[in-house]
Amino acid sequence: MAVSFAIQRSTRLSRVTAIVALLLLAGLIAAPWWAGRANVRLLGEVYSFVALATLWNLMAGYAGLVSVGQQAYVGFGGYMLFALAMFLGIHPLAAIAIAGVAGAIIALPIAPLLFRLQGAYFAIGTWVLAEVFRLSFAQVSSLGGGSGTSLPAAIVVNIASDRGLREAAIYWTALTIAVASIAFVVLLLRSRMGLALTALRDSEVASESLGIDIWRTKLVVYTAVAGFTSMTGAFIFLQKLRISPDAAFSVNDWTAYVIFIAVIGGIGTIEGPIIGTILFFLLRETLADLGTTYLIVLGAVAILVMLRAPKGLWGYFVQRTGITLVPVRRRVVFPE
Amino acid sequence: MEWVNAIVQGILIGGLYALFAAGLSLIFGVMRLVNIAHGDMIVAAAYVALVVVQATGLHPLASAVIVVPLMAALGYAMQRLLLNPTIGKDLLSPLLVTFGISVILQNGLLVAFTADSHRLAAGSIETASIQVAPGLALGVLPLVMFAASVLIIFGLELIFYRTSLGRAFRATSDDPEIAQLMKLDRNHVFGMAMALSAAIVAIAGIFLAIRTNFDPSAGPARLIFGFEAVIIGGLGNLWGTLAGGIALGVAQAIGAQISPGWQILAGHLVFFLVLAVRPRGLFPRMD
Repeated sequence: MAVSFAIQRSTRLSRVTAIVALLLLAGLIAAPWWAGRANVRLLGEVYSFVALATLWNLMAGYAGLVSVGQQAYVGFGGYMLFALAMFLGIHPLAAIAIAGVAGAIIALPIAPLLFRLQGAYFAIGTWVLAEVFRLSFAQVSSLGGGSGTSLPAAIVVNIASDRGLREAAIYWTALTIAVASIAFVVLLLRSRMGLALTALRDSEVASESLGIDIWRTKLVVYTAVAGFTSMTGAFIFLQKLRISPDAAFSVNDWTAYVIFIAVIGGIGTIEGPIIGTILFFLLRETLADLGTTYLIVLGAVAILVMLRAPKGLWGYFVQRTGITLVPVRRRVVFPE
Repeated sequence: MEWVNAIVQGILIGGLYALFAAGLSLIFGVMRLVNIAHGDMIVAAAYVALVVVQATGLHPLASAVIVVPLMAALGYAMQRLLLNPTIGKDLLSPLLVTFGISVILQNGLLVAFTADSHRLAAGSIETASIQVAPGLALGVLPLVMFAASVLIIFGLELIFYRTSLGRAFRATSDDPEIAQLMKLDRNHVFGMAMALSAAIVAIAGIFLAIRTNFDPSAGPARLIFGFEAVIIGGLGNLWGTLAGGIALGVAQAIGAQISPGWQILAGHLVFFLVLAVRPRGLFPRMD
């Protein structure tokens, strides 16, 4: 007798989550009307870290590409924004999109080089790349060389004439980037390539023997992540209005924090980076006075999490309860 | 002559880069781990040497008597407590733990010693030099350091291929499970590998402290130089690593001759060039 079964992805909980997420999104879109100016700015920063952590997580948690050099693309995106807006007079919001495309294009020839480094050496290779970018942009005197430059006020005004509208536009840009990054990762993981990625995560050797083109899969992930990261970087420096090589390619700001967020939230899950970011900002707002010590505390917490709960807070929660909010897994359901 | 001088200085600093690389390469060889905190450990060793020199009045080179065993013990403890529990399952966890250690070390040093840069004064040996040819003088200190680096790499080769500890390293590297069946305690072998790496780190730290100014943020660059030397030279080949270090040193020296901003960049570009043209390095190990 044939056993009848069905393949299911969504659960009742995931459908509820989707509705709650949509309501939440509607609330966040309206934030410029209900939140104060400082909070809107802070939310913009939160979104940029949600995007960075989600993207880093896709590489490290699924594609086995552990990067400690994503600041290369954050800084590249930032500098592209400044160059496009200052030299070509492109509207800053359009420049953010172009910066993303440029980041993906420049990642395309870089990826094959970095992929030649086996295993963990890849991580340091990405760092060298970030250093090359930092040192190269420090040589460009029209962008302020080593000391950096500010975005001229005329360009900022160009975004929108009214200050409130301008801030709202920047805020919505950040929200769009964060939502687009998460949506990209979820859709990718639900696609055919996502299946390949999950297999890759579990065993590279086994997945290769099943005919998965590892190299191509990694190339797609690396390039796409580079593009989104560049876009995020362009946004970050639009909000900061000032860029310098040390700030743009800072390993602490754009990689250490991001790694700690993903590790503490949960690597290899969609929810982890989001929860990690919320936790990161809660901690930061309360421990802000600690300065340097804050990084030490974060590092120690991350090591502790790696040792005690390597799947992070969300992974631990899932293990305990079996709950997943974002349906990327397929499950076999037998009718009763 | 200016160029010859630059290249000779590049060769000599290459020895120090090879020393940075040797500890990194040892750890990777034995446990397939890339220690991101390697550079910060070198800088931490430099600070330990600074404290020892200030407290005891020893000559910086003599401070090795205290710094080397201390760093080795710390390395062993770090491996057993923090790294061993994460090794074996995947490459992600140990890598991220070393990343955490790197951030903690860097910021810990910043809290303890501020961001001011320091240097160890080595006395008259610092300025002593040998006139080799008209216009070409070799500093005694760089020569001593270069010789010491070569000796250390030679010693590492001996340990690796002539001692029971080296045999344990190689066995664990080839197949950790079988090695364990042969009554090798994996945790201890890994601990010893990290201790040995940390001992080399200690010497590298002292040399660094005498040669240049250092501050808490100097670590990542040392990690990167060591890493580049490993990749340029070819994985798993210590003499290749020395050649890689020299190639990197020369590249940087030539870059610096062109323009000061090009010094470090030239080294990175040579690294990427080697990766593009000879991905297995200049001297890959014969298999």
